[in-house]
Amino acid sequence: MEKIKLTIDNTVVEVDKGTTVYAAAKQIGINIPVLCYMRLEHMGIENKPAGCRVCVVEIEGRKNLAPSCSTECMEGMVVKTHTVRVINARKTVLELILSDHPKDCLICSKNGQCDLQTLAQTLGIREVHSVENAEVSTYRKDYSPALNRDMDKCVMCRRCEMICNKVQTVGALNAINRGFTAVVAPAFEQDLVDSPCTFCGQCVAVCPTAALTEFDDTKNVMQALADPTKTVIVQTAPAVRVALGEEFGMTPGTIVTGKLVTALRRLGFDKVFDTDFAADLTIMEEGTELLDRITRFIGGDKSVKLPILTSCCPAWVNFFEVYYPTMLDIPSTCRSPQQMFGAVAKTYYADKLGVKREDMVVVSVMPCLAKKYECDRDEFKVNGNPDVDYSISTRELANLIRAFNINFASLPDEDFDAPLGESTGAAVIFGTTGGVIEAAVRTAYEVFTGKTLAKVDFTELRGLEGIRQATIDFNGTPINIGIAHQLGNARKLLDGIRNGMYNFHAIEIMACPGGCIGGAGQPLHHGNSGIIKARHEAIYREDAGKTLRKSHENPYIQKLYSEFLGKPMGENAHHLLHTHYFDKQKI
Amino acid sequence: MSTLKLTDCQKGKIKEICVSFHNDPGELINVLHKTQGEFGYLPEEVQREIAKNLNISVAKVCGVVTFYSFFTMTPKGKHPIAVCTGTACYVRGADKVVDELKKQLNIEVGGVTPDGEFSLDCLRCVGACGLAPVVLVGEKVFGRVEPKDVKKILDSYKE
Amino acid sequence: MGQYKMHLLVCGGTGCRASESARLVDVLGEELVKQGLEKDAQVVTTGCFGFCEKGPIVKIIPDNTFYVHVMPEDAAEIVAEHVLKGRRVARLLYQDPNSGETIEDSKHMGFYQKQLRIALRNCGFIDPECIDEYIARDGYAALGKVLTEYTPEQAIDILKKSGLRGRGGAGFPTGIKWEIAAKNAADQKYVICNADEGDPGAFMDRSISEGDPHSVLEAMAINGYCIGANKGFIYIRAEYPLAIQRLEIAIRQAREYGLLGTGILGSDFDFDVELRYGAGAFVCGEETALIHSMEGERGEPTVKPPFPAESGYLGKPSNVNNVETFANVPVIYLKGPEWFASIGNERSKGTKVFALAGKINNVGLIEVPMGITLREVIYEIGGGIKDGKKFKAVQTGGPSGGCLTEKHLDTPIDFDNLLASGSMMGSGGMIVMDEDDCMPAVAKYYLEFTVEESCGKCAPCRVGNKRLHETLEKICEGKGTEADLDYLRNLSSVIKDTSLCGLGQTSPNPVLSTLDNFWDEYVAHVTTRTCPSGRCKALLHYSIDTEKCTGCTACVRVCSTAAITGEKRQPHVIHQDKCIHCGACFDKCKFAAINVQ
Repeated sequence: MEKIKLTIDNTVVEVDKGTTVYAAAKQIGINIPVLCYMRLEHMGIENKPAGCRVCVVEIEGRKNLAPSCSTECMEGMVVKTHTVRVINARKTVLELILSDHPKDCLICSKNGQCDLQTLAQTLGIREVHSVENAEVSTYRKDYSPALNRDMDKCVMCRRCEMICNKVQTVGALNAINRGFTAVVAPAFEQDLVDSPCTFCGQCVAVCPTAALTEFDDTKNVMQALADPTKTVIVQTAPAVRVALGEEFGMTPGTIVTGKLVTALRRLGFDKVFDTDFAADLTIMEEGTELLDRITRFIGGDKSVKLPILTSCCPAWVNFFEVYYPTMLDIPSTCRSPQQMFGAVAKTYYADKLGVKREDMVVVSVMPCLAKKYECDRDEFKVNGNPDVDYSISTRELANLIRAFNINFASLPDEDFDAPLGESTGAAVIFGTTGGVIEAAVRTAYEVFTGKTLAKVDFTELRGLEGIRQATIDFNGTPINIGIAHQLGNARKLLDGIRNGMYNFHAIEIMACPGGCIGGAGQPLHHGNSGIIKARHEAIYREDAGKTLRKSHENPYIQKLYSEFLGKPMGENAHHLLHTHYFDKQKI
Repeated sequence: MSTLKLTDCQKGKIKEICVSFHNDPGELINVLHKTQGEFGYLPEEVQREIAKNLNISVAKVCGVVTFYSFFTMTPKGKHPIAVCTGTACYVRGADKVVDELKKQLNIEVGGVTPDGEFSLDCLRCVGACGLAPVVLVGEKVFGRVEPKDVKKILDSYKE
Repeated sequence: MGQYKMHLLVCGGTGCRASESARLVDVLGEELVKQGLEKDAQVVTTGCFGFCEKGPIVKIIPDNTFYVHVMPEDAAEIVAEHVLKGRRVARLLYQDPNSGETIEDSKHMGFYQKQLRIALRNCGFIDPECIDEYIARDGYAALGKVLTEYTPEQAIDILKKSGLRGRGGAGFPTGIKWEIAAKNAADQKYVICNADEGDPGAFMDRSISEGDPHSVLEAMAINGYCIGANKGFIYIRAEYPLAIQRLEIAIRQAREYGLLGTGILGSDFDFDVELRYGAGAFVCGEETALIHSMEGERGEPTVKPPFPAESGYLGKPSNVNNVETFANVPVIYLKGPEWFASIGNERSKGTKVFALAGKINNVGLIEVPMGITLREVIYEIGGGIKDGKKFKAVQTGGPSGGCLTEKHLDTPIDFDNLLASGSMMGSGGMIVMDEDDCMPAVAKYYLEFTVEESCGKCAPCRVGNKRLHETLEKICEGKGTEADLDYLRNLSSVIKDTSLCGLGQTSPNPVLSTLDNFWDEYVAHVTTRTCPSGRCKALLHYSIDTEKCTGCTACVRVCSTAAITGEKRQPHVIHQDKCIHCGACFDKCKFAAINVQ
């Protein structure tokens, strides 16, 4: 790689050709403030419209200040990052942005987590020049079951637009209008629910302010907890336990499963269960479906469609319903673990307790915002009563824990309740890209070949690359597997399949960067992808530490089938654990 | 949601326009020009149809339509009036002409009269600075317009 | 034009068309037939003569008679008197606005005397819809010469030697621009002509496209040969229907003649041109924004580098020049770079076209050698200030430029001097203002434009210009303070320093230059709350001179707020609490009894 030498604030620094001034400064410990700029390493995600102009620096020989985020280093360049001119410009620009921003920081949902607020603090803004009758941008607020848009708080960083179009290829959001009235919005400023939005929520995950936030369900959960007539049970997704600690100042990647259980118990949930249990159940169903399709396919049954696509991710389900309505027969018919849990809880478990379905409240804690939309789908309700009543995000749970005065860090570790709290390592890895398919392979291999796996770790399926493929030898039968995370990559895979480019038997897709660990309900990464990587590694540590690591070995799952469901894909299972898809094509 | 429903014939017309530009998303602006020429304006349903044909998101189409002042989502009057507010016209009193038009038509800039006869807009320099201030009614250019001429101009379009 | 003894050139530019020049052409033709002169004289529709103020214009050659404000009713007389009997129609001749003298030969008109037409060389002389007329005036000879005599490198060298700088705004040396694009190797390159003329008050690109479209096509082909591009686009404003029509005709004719297409003039060079339409966004004058717009996107600019010469249209190396720049190119190859470099001054070579407008007698399009002074332009070419008023300022460079004053009148006009004076060349708008114009109000006008045209991508331009505009509004309404003036200055300099593209980097110029040159006027607005030029309505104070008032009650009847009272035939009074400063009473009073302060 060609090297380049330049001087930043009187220090000579050598960088690779193509490095930006911002990155070069970072190498020598100079943190130039940024607002619109965001880069997620390893994920191929970068946003640099150079629009906020906060990161400007002085470059010798140039007439105007230059945005360091998008200015490439040149040999011999002399850069100054904190001259009076630079600081005045930076502050003036930030004051301008603040002059068009609501002043309700104290009661804003992003208070303490807002990049704009942090920046105002960093730059020491103490006053914003006010022009009499200065116009402030105002827009209609848009509330969906999963996410809220309050564009009064938009700073036009365009991160959401970039994620929605370039990364997810959903195209729900776009900059509209011009000049002072320009804003990122769905077409015609319509509601998100009327747009092709998949509610993946990645726009929320990258929004620096409170322009895009999750729909807050904590009040409903608190009310349910306080209602003595209700049995309130909770399930927590695998990715939550490797991220929740961050909300309480712990190092990213800290595993807090035990504390999480204790905290949920102290919040007052009657039973603390694990979505991992339902993940194991998913493997039983999906693995069986996969083997069934493959066996029939190999046997020459022309009515069988391959590859089979995973269906755990609700944003992904929304995506193919909108964009691939002609391929609705390819995805697995399995409901997601969240919904399988709800269906089992409000039948099998409610019966066990002798509680009526209406008197049971199922709450899920999810790394995801699309789960809020999913549990609201009509097909997951019985007489209007949903299988899962409320889905809250990891962040919302942290808010509840704080609201209940719980000192999370000092909590002792406790175990999940039985029977819906028992799980295997296979279920844990559902939380990251490649995990669902690895879990499926662990079970499908043993069922298909009748042999015990010598080694359960399929490292060839792991990693953070956007699209991955591997062939697993099922005792002489090669099984081709494809994996994609981020919807844009999913689109590439699907288009490839449609064009006959690929020959996969099974494909796993997760909508968010890194899978659920990078979900939109997780603690905010503020552009630091190292956090997502740390969670990814933690997931595999948690798996490795489990005694049982294959779903079919979960004794409570075996019991569930023998007591209630019968056999995988049997009639009862079909009714409770499977679903169907709809053509939701939108323009 | 919009109330306008396109007929199959109208959809066919849009399709024809898109095909004439090879359904190439890069030709979006040309497609919009042609379509606006055909329909007079670009309502929501028309934009959806264009998005479908070019295989791009409707949000993008809307983003482009709302960026350029030449494109409009509301129908213009039968006689669209546009006052040039370029500098030459400005220093020669275009603002007073605009005020007079607003008064006579009883609409704001960007509005249409209730009977749909006239709409009023301001536009950038049309390059007829020698005739400043300039008023366009449809394609017809009126030069050196003074507020007192406004009534006469409007009357000439009234039946 | 050979077989006719006389030619009647009728301007067919947008300005004259608006004054019914198209009908005039028809009627003149009919009259020639009627009077049996159709074999002796021919009517030709040409491009713009530049003297739009006096349109429709008919010029008769060979004697250079210049008729102004010609109406269809005048056709019969022109044919009967001038064509048949050789006698000029005196009443239609141009009169010098200052001396009142009638001028028979256009060469003696002040408007034309100081002009030197290079870019406009054919405008007003040829029928722009006829390629033969262009060819008759050495059209496409430069292309032939370049293709047969020079390598691309040599051709670029010639352009560099000429010293031609871009006429669209910043004045970047054209030859160097071509060289950069030539050096970037790629399988496909593009030539782009920027005809999205957006400065309010500038219309030279329109006039050239309408009056001499082939010169643009020829230059684009030369450009294509030099940089290795075989495809060109003209990005033109959709609001210029006539220019679009003329360019379409020109492209079709050039293809028919083998001057566009494959194997041009027997060489192995292929080149073709297509039109792309702008859609009303000033920011698309910025080259990266223009390219995004051509790609079907929102016309938002992106950071440079990469420059279009490296990564332009569809990511391929592209060279963008505006119409006027291209129009200069063919002549440089025909007459040589030394000839071109001998015109103008040290760092600005050749000529510049200006659109002269505002409070000036001779409004129109002029082309003058670089280095001419403002005084020459305004008083000699422009014929001085309208209605004998006092010159106050001239705004150059449109919304990106600044206001120049009395003290700049003798500064030679070139790229660098204008920049040093706080303005810029821009595309060449030149708006003259007189004592009645209020400079804070003018600054406000320009900012209103910028706010309207900002793309909204970068914060300083999106929000900053809005705040500038609001502050100026406040000042013009008499609510400003001295602190606001400091605010204007700091904010302006930060917007210039931090904005993403040329629009924001220059948009505060009208504010800064008026603050510099008309500081007292701003101070008057914020301290004594008065508007010295009387333009800011909110700052006016109307009262009745009891000596002059006859009590006719005319003012009472026009006052919409009933602020004037008084007995019939007795002096009236204006009640200040009710007065909204509309000025209706002032306009109505026949006895000059209303005082304005």
